[in-house]
Amino acid sequence: MFAAAAAAILVALALAIARAIKGPTGFDRVLAGNSVGTLAIMLLAVMGFLTGRPEFLDIGLTYGLLNLIGTLAVLKFFRHGDLAHDADRTPKS
Amino acid sequence: MTLAVEIASWALILLGSFFTVVGAFGLVRMPEVFTRMHAASVTDTLGVGFLILGMSLQAGLSLVTAKLLFLLALFFFTGPAVTHALAQACLHGGIKPLLAEDRRGRSRSRPVNTTKKVRR
Repeated sequence: MFAAAAAAILVALALAIARAIKGPTGFDRVLAGNSVGTLAIMLLAVMGFLTGRPEFLDIGLTYGLLNLIGTLAVLKFFRHGDLAHDADRTPKS
Repeated sequence: MTLAVEIASWALILLGSFFTVVGAFGLVRMPEVFTRMHAASVTDTLGVGFLILGMSLQAGLSLVTAKLLFLLALFFFTGPAVTHALAQACLHGGIKPLLAEDRRGRSRSRPVNTTKKVRR
């Protein structure tokens, strides 16, 4: 039954990658990339249970933290064109 | 493990798989970026939540369950933060939400022409 969950997550990954390729704007690609990260963490957890070694979850936790930082960094780059931008000095949008 | 816990965990895992696939289909089928965000949040909340609850029922009371609950808490806090930042960046980038009827800045008494078709 974990195989069914893994298959569902793989189908969802394929659809998210299709959106990341097709996405008209960059924001669609960022959203699809964030979904791919989430689904990869869940696939990691399910594969850990499927192979009888659920200790893979540490990698999933680390990847979740990196996924958040990566997405926010890309969004900040989209908005300011610079990762080291000082937000206090710009006028409010 | 008793039979009741087994059945409950499989039911939760199958429900989580279903919502994961539903969210991914929404990510492909929805017409524009804000509605796609809505669909992706289905995967982030219901799909991940049910899958993690089902897996923690499978694992029993152990360190694995603690890690799974930490993962759930991580998704619980980072999902809305990322979605909020993405929506704000979209609005700042000049993407307008696709509305069937735009009622912003109009008085309620005046009738508004709503027959304009929205491209799907």
